[in-house]
Amino acid sequence: MSFPDPIAVFRTEAAELLEQIEAGLLDLNVNLGDKDQVDAVFRGLHTLKGSGAMFGFEALAAFTHHCETAFDRVRKGEVPATQALVTAVLEAKDHMRALVETPTGDFEARSEYLLANLRQAVEGADGSGATAAAGPALTLYKIRFSLPQNAMANGTNPLPLLDELAELGECRIVADRSRIPSLDQLFPTDLHLSWDVELLTAEPRSAIEDVFIFVMDEMELDIQEKAVAPAAAPVAPAPAPVASQMQQPAEAPVVARPAMAPASPTAPAANDAKSAKASENVRVPAERLDELMDRVGELVIAQSRLSQLAGGSGDLQLRAVSEDVERLSGELRDTMMVLRMVPVAQLFGRFRRLVHDLAIETGKTIELVTEGETTEVDKSVIERLADPLVHLVRNSCDHGLEPPEERVAAGKGAAGHISLSARQQAGEVIITIKDDGRGINKDRVRAKAEASGLIPANASLTDQELYQLIFQPGFSTAQTVTNLSGRGVGMDVVKRTIDALRGTINVASHPGLGSEISLAIPLTLAIIDGLLVRVGAGRYVIPLSAVEECLELSVEEDMRSRGRSFISLRDSLVPFIRLRDLFRTGTKPDQFQKVVVISTGSERVGLVVDQIIGDHQTVIKGMSKLHHDVTTFSGATILGDGDVALILDVGHLVAEGQQQEAHLRAAG
Amino acid sequence: MTQAARKISEEIWGGREDLEVLTFDIAGEMFALEAFIVQEILDLLPETVVPGAKAFVGSVINFRGKVIPLADIRLAFGMDATRTTIDSRIIVIVIDIDGEPVLTGIRTDKVHEVTTLMRAAGEAPPSVGMRWRPDFIDCLVKRGSEFIIVPNLQAIFTAQHDHGVTAHNHG
Repeated sequence: MSFPDPIAVFRTEAAELLEQIEAGLLDLNVNLGDKDQVDAVFRGLHTLKGSGAMFGFEALAAFTHHCETAFDRVRKGEVPATQALVTAVLEAKDHMRALVETPTGDFEARSEYLLANLRQAVEGADGSGATAAAGPALTLYKIRFSLPQNAMANGTNPLPLLDELAELGECRIVADRSRIPSLDQLFPTDLHLSWDVELLTAEPRSAIEDVFIFVMDEMELDIQEKAVAPAAAPVAPAPAPVASQMQQPAEAPVVARPAMAPASPTAPAANDAKSAKASENVRVPAERLDELMDRVGELVIAQSRLSQLAGGSGDLQLRAVSEDVERLSGELRDTMMVLRMVPVAQLFGRFRRLVHDLAIETGKTIELVTEGETTEVDKSVIERLADPLVHLVRNSCDHGLEPPEERVAAGKGAAGHISLSARQQAGEVIITIKDDGRGINKDRVRAKAEASGLIPANASLTDQELYQLIFQPGFSTAQTVTNLSGRGVGMDVVKRTIDALRGTINVASHPGLGSEISLAIPLTLAIIDGLLVRVGAGRYVIPLSAVEECLELSVEEDMRSRGRSFISLRDSLVPFIRLRDLFRTGTKPDQFQKVVVISTGSERVGLVVDQIIGDHQTVIKGMSKLHHDVTTFSGATILGDGDVALILDVGHLVAEGQQQEAHLRAAG
Repeated sequence: MTQAARKISEEIWGGREDLEVLTFDIAGEMFALEAFIVQEILDLLPETVVPGAKAFVGSVINFRGKVIPLADIRLAFGMDATRTTIDSRIIVIVIDIDGEPVLTGIRTDKVHEVTTLMRAAGEAPPSVGMRWRPDFIDCLVKRGSEFIIVPNLQAIFTAQHDHGVTAHNHG
């Protein structure tokens, strides 16, 4: 079991199982009577235990066993599911994650503590704690049986028998392979195996005999009663025998499947479901996708060179081939884009746990509603959104939502609501975090901003401008700093991340009714719709999402605007920046310069360029680390002729332009 | 001599007695880079000027679909610009910046060969008699009648990375 690969596979699988378990637990917490979720959690725990033991994660298997046992009792209706139990198992689940990640770590004490918690939760659920003793006495049976050699030919299948045995209780099955002949003498339909079974059950001996009732006449069966233990036993000191027994199947790889699988009747079902799923999905490391993406990008570039060549030659056959390649590479690129998209459900799933924990921490009742989980977003975007969303959700829980008493006094339901929703809108995905709390206190934001010198006293600001202040570093209106938030870090993280994703933040708030923060983020970081322009000799891409309109800079406007760089556009003044000056191209302006009007949040700014070449959809390449100081460009792209064009970072560009003007004013 | 040799930075040699390098010319001086950091040698490619970037890495090129900066070592050594010739090449190397491998191109006038430098023939840069910043040079290796400069790329790129002169772009 020392091969790195199966272990890595197990870890991935375990991570998935843990996620499933968590989701199940959280669902269960909402509806404690939900039998399906109890089963789902039990199955998850069971599979985790089984495969953990198989891959040598004994501490994990032993620990998980107790949680499984607890859930088994819930499943059988012996104890009701309670919130205390769910919380205990959630904590235990986090511990399992640690056990998966560092199987050799020293977790004894933590395990003990969590198990004590769990026991308490289970006993608390019983109401009295007396069930431990009241449960039926368990008997450990050692069963040894073998079927006649021709049993399978006669239609007897040993697997259902093993399954039935497993249904009776805790069951460890080991196959005896000693009678398997060498390969040349092996007759495939003959049965050479016999089995040793250890069964811990409350059922009488007759129940075991019943299992074999139809084959009894021809088989050898030996049942021994070993030890008697009270019902509470599996909850407390069981791990040692379990762990040691679980190893045996692993040592007998040939029979691993019959030995392992029938340990519980639900296991085969879970396995089937998983193998069905596996056939539909292929797990691929993200880097490989990125590599493929790069290749596709290169192909698109090579293809456009081919089209140029083909267009220039009179060879009709070459043109036909070139057109085919063009179509194919276009399709390939579209498929590639889809491959990278994942539903936001992945992201939203994490917040159910967060909100659950926050509700406990703050003593508020919080209901999380998620919408539009099927909205798909580029994988890299999803990963980078996680952090900002955590901050926003924490903020809503901690500052936005009022304590229950306050809510009731304000005429609202005691439970606070937070909704997370996602939807697609014109090349962007809009993620909205909405709460029905007290809303943002504008006066307090203003007072705080004035006090910290962010804005001058009595500055006239629109609501939107005022709300944007909360994203300033170190800004917090919370009067008390809590464990969760209020230190003023966090919201600026949100702002920075969203900026880096080329997204925008929109805040709406209604005092007493709640607030709503929307993040608009481009669907993908890998591709951009842009306007290709020329400034001097260089070509640049302006993100199309920022472009409002294009117009010509008339000669008069150009001359007049030497002193002031404004054009009037439908009765409003729009300042403009001459990119030629900003980029110091040192070239003469074209005769007919163009103005590309862009909007950055609330501002509209014109960018004067020499020529507008057209719109251009392209693969974005990041700027090198050596260029990290250049903020005016968010990336680069490769044009059809193989040249590199830089992509303008509109927000930073405007800031840079303002700085340069300030310098000019100071100098002049 | 022994004293000078002792001062050779361990960064590149790392206790080895010889070093496999690629030698090339920039502005009439012969330089050498450790061969294993060299990814590829390219003919000159169309360059795209990055407005606002430092002159040292003032442009980017398309290296097989990747956009990588093109560094001009001459600027670090205050050398004169040389005209591009039929021998001009771009050497693509990987250097480590803040713990991350970064691909970058280096403009050279001529690439010679892969050869082996002996540590015994190496000397630490003299503290006087040189207009170049001594910390930009790892060592000078004598070969025949001439010296080969083994630049300390880490120092050069880090210096340019932290504080450098803003490019004034030309055309």
